[in-house]
Amino acid sequence: MTALSTETTQAGRTVGIPFILKKAFLSACVALVLFSLMIGIRTEAGPDGQLTWWTRFGDLASIVGLVFGGSIVIELLRQWIGPTGAEKLVPAPIQRSLSLAGRFLGPALLVFTLLVPVIFYNQRYILDLGILVLTYVMLGWGLNVVVGLAGLLDLGYVAFYAVGAYSYALLATNFGWSFWVCLPLAGMLAAIWGVMLGFPVLRLRGDYLAIVTLAFGEIIRLVILNWQSLTGGPNGVSGIPRPTLFGIPLDNSDDGLAAKLGIEYSPTHRIIFLFYLILALALLTNWVTIRLRRLPIGRAWEALREDEVACRALGINTTTTKLTAFATGAMFGGFAGAFFATRQGFISPESFTFQESALVLAIVVLGGMGSQLGVALAALTMIGGFELFRGLETYRMLVFGMAMVLIMIWRPRGIIGHRAPTVYLTKAQAISSDLVKEGHG
Amino acid sequence: MDYFAQQLINGLVLGSIYGLIAIGYTMVYGIVGMINFAHGDIFMIGGFIALISFLLLVSLGLTAIPLILLLVLLVAMAVTALYGWTVERIAYRPLRHSFRLAPMLSAIGMSFVLTNYSQVAQGARVKPVPPIITGGYTLHEGPEGFAVQLSNMQIMVVLVTIVLLAMFTWLVSRTRLGRDMRACEQDQTMAALLGVDVDRTISMTFVIGAALASVAGMMYLLYYGQVDFFMGFVAGIKAFTAAVLGGIGSLPGAVLGGLAIGLIETLWSAYFSVEYKDVAAFSILIIVLIFMPTGLLGRPEVEKV
Repeated sequence: MTALSTETTQAGRTVGIPFILKKAFLSACVALVLFSLMIGIRTEAGPDGQLTWWTRFGDLASIVGLVFGGSIVIELLRQWIGPTGAEKLVPAPIQRSLSLAGRFLGPALLVFTLLVPVIFYNQRYILDLGILVLTYVMLGWGLNVVVGLAGLLDLGYVAFYAVGAYSYALLATNFGWSFWVCLPLAGMLAAIWGVMLGFPVLRLRGDYLAIVTLAFGEIIRLVILNWQSLTGGPNGVSGIPRPTLFGIPLDNSDDGLAAKLGIEYSPTHRIIFLFYLILALALLTNWVTIRLRRLPIGRAWEALREDEVACRALGINTTTTKLTAFATGAMFGGFAGAFFATRQGFISPESFTFQESALVLAIVVLGGMGSQLGVALAALTMIGGFELFRGLETYRMLVFGMAMVLIMIWRPRGIIGHRAPTVYLTKAQAISSDLVKEGHG
Repeated sequence: MDYFAQQLINGLVLGSIYGLIAIGYTMVYGIVGMINFAHGDIFMIGGFIALISFLLLVSLGLTAIPLILLLVLLVAMAVTALYGWTVERIAYRPLRHSFRLAPMLSAIGMSFVLTNYSQVAQGARVKPVPPIITGGYTLHEGPEGFAVQLSNMQIMVVLVTIVLLAMFTWLVSRTRLGRDMRACEQDQTMAALLGVDVDRTISMTFVIGAALASVAGMMYLLYYGQVDFFMGFVAGIKAFTAAVLGGIGSLPGAVLGGLAIGLIETLWSAYFSVEYKDVAAFSILIIVLIFMPTGLLGRPEVEKV
C-alpha cells in the first residue's frame, strides 16, 4: 500500500511514504551524532576548578525524536504546498489591494501611535515598551537609508548609535550642555564618524564592506571599553541629565512643567514626553528619508542598489553617493543614541554590542529593505516578540537566529514587503529586482 | 632580544591556529563567494566537542595521553565536520541562487544559533581543562634570567598544523575532489556541465573547512586550557582578517595571513597594550582592505556586469 502512493513532484522525484521515512530517519541519525556530545553530556566547572560531567540522554532522545517528527512534517508540507524557496510574484490585483491597504495602514498606525499615551496613560510598562519599539523604528529607518535604499550592507550601525549616546552623555555630564544643544551635535559627530569610516572603505564592495563595518563597530566598542579616563570603561557613564522641555525640567520642583501648568506632578509626564520625543525624532527620520528619495541623491541611492556598474556608466559619482547615504544613516543613528542616553540616564559599552547591530539589520531585512512601513511593522514584531520571550532569556537569541535563517530561506526579500525603485520605466517592470540576483555581476 | 624571540614563538603558535580557521573562510569564499559568518562558531563547537570527548575518554579509563589525543582529534574532526555539513545544508544551500545579501544574513543568523545553542547546551561559564601536554625546552637563557621557552604544546600545535596543511595541499592539488573544488571555483556552470557534482563539492568544502576549524578548536583548548561559548566570534573575525590579509581565495595566503595576524597580535600585546590587541587586529583588516584589497597573494577581482 505504501509503496503504491507514488507522486511525482516538479523535480521529477518520486515521493512516497518510504522516501519520507527514510529521509526522516537519516535526519534523525545526523541529529543523533550532532547532539550526542553537546546535549547528551553536560559539563560544568566544579567548585575547585575541576570539570565534572553528567549525562542527559532523556533530552537527547527527545530532541532526536523532534527532528524525526519535524522532518516528516516538513516533507509533507513541502509536498502539499509545492517547492519552497522559489519566490512567486504576487498577482497584480492582490498587489493593488495590498498597496491600497498599505496606504491606509500607515496613517492608521500613526494615529494609533499618537494616541498610545492617552489610551495607556496608567500603564507604565506599555509606555516603556512603546518607547523601546519607537527607538528601534528610528534605528531601523536610519539604517534603511544605508541598507534599504543604497544597498550597502552595514554590520556596524551600532557604532554610530554609540557615538551619539556617548557624545550626549559626555557633553552633558562634563560641560552641562542641554539635551537640545547636544542632540544636533550628537547627530553631527555620528555623521562625521560615518564619513571618516566611509571615505576610505566605500570603494569596497558587498561582503568586504560588511566585514569592515563590523570591524569598525567592534573597534568603537573596544575603544569605549578601554578608554577609561574618558568614558568610564565598563562602568559606563551615569547621571546623564534628563531632557527638558526647552529648558523647563519635567520634575517635581517649583519651576518644573507641572508647577508651571498648575497641574499635579506625576512621573508619567516624563515618560509621555520621552514617548512623543522619540516619536517626533522617528517621524523626522521618516520624513527626511521620503523627501530625500525624491531628490536626485535619493534616486542615485536606489539606482546604486540596483546596479552599481550601470550607475558608474551613467556618470553618477558612486563614492559621494555612498558617502551621503552612510552619513545620513549615521546621523539618525546618532540622534537615536542621544535619545537612548537621555532616556536611560546611564550608558555602558554593553548596550552597543554586535547583537544590537544584527537586531537592527534584521528589522530592516524583515521589513523588506527600503519599505518605511515594513520597517516600522518589523520593529514592532521583533521587539514585541523579544518581550514575549523575556522569560526565556537564554533561548531568545537562539530563536532570533533561527528566525533570521528561516526568513532568508522563505522570503529573502522581507516578510512585509519590499520597495521597488521610485522611478521605473514601465516596460522594465517585467524584470524587476525580484527576478535578478542584483546587478552586481 | 630574548623577549622578542619568545613573542615570536608565541605569535607563530597563535598564528597557526588562526591559519587553520582562515582556510575554511578562504575556501568557502573562493567557491561559493560568501563569507561564512558561522565559521568562527564552528571553531568554537570544535573546541567543545574536543573537551567533551576528552572528558569521556578519560572517564572510560584511558591513560595513554597520545592515544587519547588522537581519538579526541578524530572525534572532534568527524562531529564538527558534520556540523559544517548541516549548516551548509540548512542555511546556505537553499539560498544558492537568492539575492546577494541573503546568504550573508542567513550566516549571521546561523552564527547566533550556534553560539546560543552551545550556551544553552553547555552553560555560560568558562570550561577549564588542566594542562595535558606539559614540559618543554629552554632554548636560550639570557643574562637577566629571562629564558626563551619552547613548550611541547607549542611544538605540537605547529607540527599538527604543518601536517594538516601538507595533507590538505595534497588533497586540493592531487585528488579528484580537489580538482572538482578548483573547477567549481572557476566556473560552477561549466563544472556542472562537465560532470562535477557541484552541490556535493560545495558540501565537501564546508566539511573540510569545519574539520580544520575543529582541529584549531582542539589546539585552542589544549593551548589556552579553556573554552567558552563566546570564543568563536572574535577568533572568527581575526581568522577572516587573516584570510583577507593573505588574499581571499588563496590557500597559502590564508596560512600566511594567519601567521601575520598571530604575530601582530602577540607583538602588539607584548610591546604596546593588551587591551587594544583586538583593535590592532581589526584596524589591520581595515587598512589591508583599503590599500591592498587583493591581499598578499590574492588575485585581483574582475568586475563583471
